[in-house]
Amino acid sequence: MGAPDFANLPHIGESLRRKEDYRFLTGAGNYTDDINLANQTHCIFVRSPHAHATIKSIDIAEALKMPGVVGIFSGKDIEGKMGGLPCGWLINNPDGTPMKEPMHPILAIKKVRYVGDHVAMVVAETVEQAKDAAEAVVVDYDVHQALVSVADAAKKQSGVTLHDEAPDNQCYKWTLGDKAAVDAAFVNAAHVTKLDLVNNRLIPNPIEARVAIGSYSRATEDYVLYVSNQNPHVERLLMTAFVLGLPEHKVRVIAPDVGGGFGSKIYLYAEDVCLTWASKQLNRSIKWTGDRSECFLSDAHGRDHVSHAEMAMDKDGKFLAMRVHTDCNLGAYLSTFSTAVPTILYATLLAGQYTTPQIYVEVDSWFTNTAPVDAYRGAGRPEATYLVERLVTRCAWEMNLGQSEIRARNFITTFPYQTPVALQYDTGDFHTLLNKANELADVAGFPARRSASEAQGKLRGMGYSSYIEACGIAPSNIAGALGARAGLFECGEIRVHPTGSVTVFTGSHSHGQGHETTFAQVVAARLGIPVENVDVVHGDTGRVPFGMGTYGSRSISVGGAAIMKALDKIETKAKKIAAHLMEASDADIEFANGEFTVKGTDKKIPFGQVALTAYVPHNYPLDKLEPGLDETAFYDPTNFTFPAGTYICEVEIDRQTGEVKVDRFTAVDDFGTIINPMIVEGQVHGGLVQGIGQALMENCVYDNETGQLLTGSFMDYAMPRAEDFPQFTLATHSTPCTHNPLGTKGCGEAGAIGSPPAVINAVLDALAPLGVTDFDMPASPHRVWEAMQKGATTAMQQPQSPPLTASTQGRPAV
Amino acid sequence: MYPFTLEKPVTVADAAKLAGAGAKPLAGGQTLLASMKLRLSAPEQLADLSGIKELTGIKKDGDTLTIGAMSRHLDVANNADVKAAYPALADLASRIGDRQVRAMGTIGGSVANNDPAACYPSAVLGSGATIVTDKREIAADDFFLGMFTTALEEGELITAFKFPVPKRAHYEKLRQKASHFPLVGVFVTQYDSGVRVAITGAGNGVFRHKGLEDALNKSFTAESAASVKIDSTDLNSDLHATAPYRANLISVLTQRAVTQMLG
Repeated sequence: MGAPDFANLPHIGESLRRKEDYRFLTGAGNYTDDINLANQTHCIFVRSPHAHATIKSIDIAEALKMPGVVGIFSGKDIEGKMGGLPCGWLINNPDGTPMKEPMHPILAIKKVRYVGDHVAMVVAETVEQAKDAAEAVVVDYDVHQALVSVADAAKKQSGVTLHDEAPDNQCYKWTLGDKAAVDAAFVNAAHVTKLDLVNNRLIPNPIEARVAIGSYSRATEDYVLYVSNQNPHVERLLMTAFVLGLPEHKVRVIAPDVGGGFGSKIYLYAEDVCLTWASKQLNRSIKWTGDRSECFLSDAHGRDHVSHAEMAMDKDGKFLAMRVHTDCNLGAYLSTFSTAVPTILYATLLAGQYTTPQIYVEVDSWFTNTAPVDAYRGAGRPEATYLVERLVTRCAWEMNLGQSEIRARNFITTFPYQTPVALQYDTGDFHTLLNKANELADVAGFPARRSASEAQGKLRGMGYSSYIEACGIAPSNIAGALGARAGLFECGEIRVHPTGSVTVFTGSHSHGQGHETTFAQVVAARLGIPVENVDVVHGDTGRVPFGMGTYGSRSISVGGAAIMKALDKIETKAKKIAAHLMEASDADIEFANGEFTVKGTDKKIPFGQVALTAYVPHNYPLDKLEPGLDETAFYDPTNFTFPAGTYICEVEIDRQTGEVKVDRFTAVDDFGTIINPMIVEGQVHGGLVQGIGQALMENCVYDNETGQLLTGSFMDYAMPRAEDFPQFTLATHSTPCTHNPLGTKGCGEAGAIGSPPAVINAVLDALAPLGVTDFDMPASPHRVWEAMQKGATTAMQQPQSPPLTASTQGRPAV
Repeated sequence: MYPFTLEKPVTVADAAKLAGAGAKPLAGGQTLLASMKLRLSAPEQLADLSGIKELTGIKKDGDTLTIGAMSRHLDVANNADVKAAYPALADLASRIGDRQVRAMGTIGGSVANNDPAACYPSAVLGSGATIVTDKREIAADDFFLGMFTTALEEGELITAFKFPVPKRAHYEKLRQKASHFPLVGVFVTQYDSGVRVAITGAGNGVFRHKGLEDALNKSFTAESAASVKIDSTDLNSDLHATAPYRANLISVLTQRAVTQMLG
């Protein structure tokens, strides 16, 4: 079935309440920490208090004698016995040499490279006993100078080397585009706009911290790992094939209900492997429940780019060429997909919604003594969008054009459109998105609102962002040629039960997205059965065929498409059964609204009767057709999908305190076909608050000298609260994706991708009367106040103030 | 959390005996329990004060509000006498922390802890309140000795606060975006004896600002407050704000408080 027919089915476009919310909201969810296995012990990780140090010795003698201790392991126990945590994407330097891939051991071997690095694991009968023993582990460190900021790394003058494999700490250099053509275009430009900007580092902080339980059966030699994770099959593959060398069929990975991830639960983490490995060594199940401090210290962080961008324009503000240089921070080790984020997922989006004919980008990536950095809601596309949309708005101001006007002048209008940075957009309607946003944001009323603000001594500004992003990364063969070490397909299995109800097995997983409802709507719509007759199973390698999981807003467009393919097979087979039952030819059978009919007759039988016949095949063409109605399909997309939209943010700034209030926020998105508008709206809300959070307050700060994480708790890392936002004005305009059977594009990350530049453009618009032209996120009150005093913020994101000795800001006294 | 024993005395005398022997008094636990959970604090014994009736109750006697040390923030925020006689104090209590903190945290616990960014110390100092302990009465001006330090002796327990009711008062704060503690909070009161301006969040513990008090005693107007140059020398500079920004907030928030008080 194709996208246009699909969009017209019943239930498609219906805001059904989420099936999973009853259990989530009544405390009946089943998260990893809710699971307790027989013979279970508890693990605490001894983590490095230093950003960069050599481990001189680890003395566990006293700790081993502590009550309840079952086992203690450190680097020497695993050295030479297993591989390191693998990186899933190979990036080559311009000269063809591969990136530097230093060993990422599951327990530090000889050296620690960031505060929170895993040094030892202590296993005991209870959590408290494990904590006590962990405190008794004595680690003697020889502390080295730390390299913390990416800007310092790029200067190559720190004298610090994290990994011997990369003496200057560079992992790779990567380029995309035609440099000569770009440089030539700049020579002939009427005007060049330049911009330096920082994309501030973020800490994901899902509600549920990382949790895992490793277990081993001596009877069957099987391992089971329960883990709060977004893609259990990928976790299993990476762990068995690259680290532990175990046969995959002997390992089952189960990710039950997952309480948020935002990307941070894609990766194979050291803790997960430690628990799995040690469960056999100790012949005990081992549980680790990460605490909030460990979330801050050891979950993969996001963003952390420093960039310079230039746009060449003709006299009318038409873009001629763009060039970009970005330094990105990879942290101390390569996390699973870290290398793809600032390259493949970033640079390919730099065309934005515009016809810029030539683009050249250079990326230098660096190791630093900080937690690993990887994909975080948007993964490269927020960084690209922030750069492009900040640059485009600055172009408008320098050319004396409106923010709307310069965008409209440069929009792509014909599709498919081949960008100069590899992607081919299949469809879109950028003018309509912009026009609708202008209308809903009441742009015409802005001057009056600005005057009203000024009358109260406040500044008001409006900022635009017209983002495009790429979801459902694909196809596998092209990604493979670009360095991907994994496939990018998805699987779906439709198991029709004899009485006509259905269980769907999908390789996608939900960490809050509501797949149990959305996917059920798809199946119910296709089969003409009630939504409550469809259940979705995911997150278990023991039950679901090999699938790739949930990231990059891919689930409906890739996972949903696999389900559609499986439904095609179900429909084909069911028609044959129906034809037999109604004594008609296969070709004459039609299926709609849950009924099989024979063309040109009034003969009909319901779907349930066909299902029953498939499993009670008394009157059945056994000579031609197998019994049963259970089909599996794998779907590998032919292209990315391209959600796009225009966001308009209006802020009001208190001149005395620098407080920024987001007064209005309008988001008009094109997500293609929408299956459940309520769920989509929820996704947009969540994305917007994360993006606006980044723009206004979220900021990960390490001490630049010591590498200590200064924002290591919610006392110092500002998570946005509901009161920080206005009611959002949301709308959609759909141009269905042309290459998947649903017409969907994905909606999970758009809000986080599109919103930060809209906010900062609005802040700059408000501050323009004071002569402020540069401003880096976050727009926290003191930074805005400082900009009002000095005309700009400090260039770097690390407010270099002494650690919090003067004020604890409520931190408990030690 | 490390192991500890828990005692639940029902009289101040018993609590004082326990505290004198080394037990850590537990009031609302909003700081202590969190730090114990993080293993940053490890008392061997807790003396839970929540069962002591003498420590509870709010009453108004003439121009004095007496508030029991174990009064929770929401008790103070919702108390009819406080709301009528000293609305600025009720308002401050109603905006401390979040709902959970207000349901558990106590005025005695907050003031005894003397977090340099807590709200309550500014009200106590700004009111020139009297801190009543099991041993004596201490004037607010003598009580706060800098970050997490007070005039309380080892084992001494706060039992109540006597707040003289001002002619008018107002509390203004700007929250630090992460913790929602005040980045700076300013408590301004006006009594027959003069104006008091107490500042929290900005320095090494709550303090009175003499320059602002002098200016406002001369002329109780926002302009008068604005004319005072705030010296940032001894103010905090940290991740969340520089000292000059905090100095600016002291000025701005004082002006706003005065404007509110002038209605």
